[in-house]
Order: sequence, then C-alpha cells, then structure tokens
Amino acid sequence: MESISRLKHTPLHALHLSLGARMVPFAGYEMPVQYHEGVLKEHLHTRAAAGLFDVSHMGQIAIRPRSGRIADAALALERLVPVDVLGLAEGRQRYALFTNDQGGILDDLMIANRGDHLYLIVNAACKAADFEHLQRGLGDSCLVTILNDRALIALQGPRAEAVLGELWADIASMRFMDVAEADLHDVACIISRSGYTGEDGFEISIPIASAVDVAQRLLEHPDVMPIGLGARDSLRLEAGLCLYGNDIDTETTPVEAALEWAIQKSRRSGGDRAGGFPGADRILAEFTDGASRRRVGLRPDGRAPVRGGVKLFADPEGTVAAGTVTSGGFGPSVDAPVAMGYVDTAHALSGTKLFAEVRGKYLPVTVSALPFIQQTYKR
Amino acid sequence: MLKFTEEHEWLKIDGGVATVGITEHAAGQLGDLVFVELPEVGATFSKGDSVATVESVKAASDVYCPLDGEIVEINQAIVDDPALVNSDPQGKAWFFKLKLADANSADALLDEAAYMELVG
Repeated sequence: MESISRLKHTPLHALHLSLGARMVPFAGYEMPVQYHEGVLKEHLHTRAAAGLFDVSHMGQIAIRPRSGRIADAALALERLVPVDVLGLAEGRQRYALFTNDQGGILDDLMIANRGDHLYLIVNAACKAADFEHLQRGLGDSCLVTILNDRALIALQGPRAEAVLGELWADIASMRFMDVAEADLHDVACIISRSGYTGEDGFEISIPIASAVDVAQRLLEHPDVMPIGLGARDSLRLEAGLCLYGNDIDTETTPVEAALEWAIQKSRRSGGDRAGGFPGADRILAEFTDGASRRRVGLRPDGRAPVRGGVKLFADPEGTVAAGTVTSGGFGPSVDAPVAMGYVDTAHALSGTKLFAEVRGKYLPVTVSALPFIQQTYKR
Repeated sequence: MLKFTEEHEWLKIDGGVATVGITEHAAGQLGDLVFVELPEVGATFSKGDSVATVESVKAASDVYCPLDGEIVEINQAIVDDPALVNSDPQGKAWFFKLKLADANSADALLDEAAYMELVG
C-alpha cells in the first residue's frame, strides 16, 4: 500500500475529513471511499436525488493551438485519438480514447471544444503520462497545459439539475455533453452536463480557491449527499461504464472493449479522415473482422458477487476457459450482483450461460446486455 | 463467557459449544454486507481456517475459524438478510455454532477488555 504520508490531497481533502469520510489511497491521492452513510445508501441516494463527488484527482488539460485556429488543435489531437475531434462543435464534449501502436488503450478521456482551446479530462493515474503523450504527439502545433489551479466535482442524479438551478445557474437548457461557463456563487466555473454514474448530472471545474465554498454550498442543499469512491465504482459498473485499469488497458482494443460507439464514422474506413491514429490498422481491421474477445455484462444467477479477476468457463466443471471478469460487485439499484468481463467472441451473445470460479465453486452467470440500469441522460 | 480473536470474531461459550460471530468493530469496517456464505453443518475446521465469507458492495472478506471444532448449527437468518450483520453483529447475527475439539482451548483467546484495547 502506498505510504499515506506521500499521498497527494485534493483541495477538498479537509472537507472530506470534516464530513467523516473514510480515506483510502487511490491513484496517488488520499481519497474518500465512503462517508457515514456507507456505500449502499450513497449509491441509492445518487440514483434517487443528487450525489456530490470530488473528482479533483483527475487531470484537467488545456490544448491551445499556436495558430489560434481550433481546427488545428482538433486535427493535431486526431493523430492521438480515433475520435472525430474536428467535428466537435463549440460547447460540446465527447468521450475519447488514447490508443497505442498495438491498438491498445492508453487512457480514456473527455474532450470539450471550448471555442479557442480544447479542454480534456483524463484519469488520475494516467495524467502525467497523458501530458507527456500529448506534448510529444502534438509537437509544436499546440501549447499543452495541465490546469493544476482547478478542482473538479461531479453532481450526479435526478435532482442535480434542480439543485444547481435553485442555487445559482439556469442550466436546464444544457443538453447531455454540453459544456458551458457559468457563475456559481460568483465563481467562474466550467460546467459540463455529463458524468460517470449513468445518471443525468454535471461535472464542474472550479478555481481551487473557491472549491470548498462551492462544494459546501451544494452540500447544504437537502437533496445533496457527499459520495465516495465506493459508490462511484458501483454506480459506474451498473451503468456499464469502463474503469481504466480494470476494464480497459493497454492490452484491450476499442472493439474488444465494445467501445465502437466512441469511434465516429469519419475516422473509420471510408470516412473523411479514416485512420491516422495509433493502432489504426488493427482497430479498423477489427471493425471488419471482429475481435477474438468482447467485453460483456454478466449477471450472476445467485446472490454471490463475482469480482474482478474471477475466471469464466463454458462448462460447470471448469474445463473450457471462456474469459475473465474485470469488474464485479453488488449493484444496489439492481439489488443483485453485477459484473463485466471479457469473453471469447463465441460466448459473447446475450443470454449465454457461463460459469464463474468463485472459492472453488463454478457459479452460473448469464451474459447480459449493458447497462444494467436505465440511463437518464438529458439528450 | 465472551471471548474474542485478533481477527475480530466473538465467541460465546456454553458447555463446550461456541456461538461465533464477527464483532461490531469488524462489521463497521466491512460496511454494508450484501452476501454471506456459511459452512455446512458437520464440517470440521482447524483454528485459522477460512470458514465463512462475507461480501460488502465493494469486497469479499474471510471469516476465520477461531478454534478447532465441528460446525453444529448455522444461522440461516444472516444468509437471507446479510444486513442483519451490520445492524446486530453481536446479537441476532451470529454466524455458526462450533463444537470445540478442546473445551479449554478458548482460554487463550482475548477477553472483552483486551479486545477493546486492541481495536482502540
């Protein structure tokens, strides 16, 4: 375990302690895994009202084109991601992937077009490597800056819109994946209508000096409860969203990971700007030929959770290997265990029965469509 | 007579049979339990064997056999409602009854004062 004294703190660290959070090491930071109410209640509260998450450990990066033309930054970034960045309208955001030459995934991220620059949000564990990757990959065409002076929070759940609207900002007109600037409590924030829970909600980038103030004001609202990493993980798992390092990594390709939807037509074979990103040969070939394995949802038939790392078999004796679970646990909103994993394509069809090796037993699981819950994005 | 282990099990010993559960401290650390797997009646275990499994939303944890013995009864109520372990860990949410191989073996375990000192 990482030494607790060497862990970095987010600007909200003292607030977490004052709220009674149980803190754990995560991606080099000391982060709240849960508060008093516990993971189960925090999870269900987020689905019923609004949960406040500190995601300040994630990296915020600005890419500014030296030419001043946003299209130049978009085209430069398209050399690193298999995503349509040029077609991303001002004030819009899009999910993306950094790929490597083998077609594996270096990180997943969000890209927003902020008019004069691109604004990226990347995973905490990858942010230093992503920054170097961007500097190398974009060359002299752009100025790449880590925004160390900003905190990041997420307000997620069906009451998120009403809470923000009551307190400060008329954000009802924002649609899923819109990005805008708004004053919250007289603080200039960048707000996107997005998140990683499967719920409607917002991610809010705040200047560090005002982060505690804004977070506290949100927490004073009766609908808002602070939510730790424990519930963040169960929420994103129910929503069928990948956790980098668990469900996707340098060994998994976007097609294997069932993330084809993140690669727009313009970047696929026959598109206006097909290929030209790392690993394009393999990734585009997999679009045509399919991959040998596939990320799928898994529903254990019983009550026993099936966790990441558990082996999957095609037969109840455990003789025919079928794949591996990458994320698994109990889904509080589903009220049942849920999991995701990679299976050989022959076993990837929804409804396929497989067997998970748990403590020497082979427990039946059913390949299932993702997500496990109804998403409520305001599209 | 109430005894405790350093692995956070409690034992209530009565006539060579120990009723075993996990402590309030352990239940609090584990968080909301969603699954409990108990041993079969008639199975024998040695001290330190993994004898049961509890799972929270986040993680699975072992429950260890506190002494050598044979399982003579299990508590189906916590299998049906794992949350009982969080709400009443040292009462209704006992795990199993263990017929001790050596009735005196419990003497070496912690008493309540020593256990409370251990968990601070």
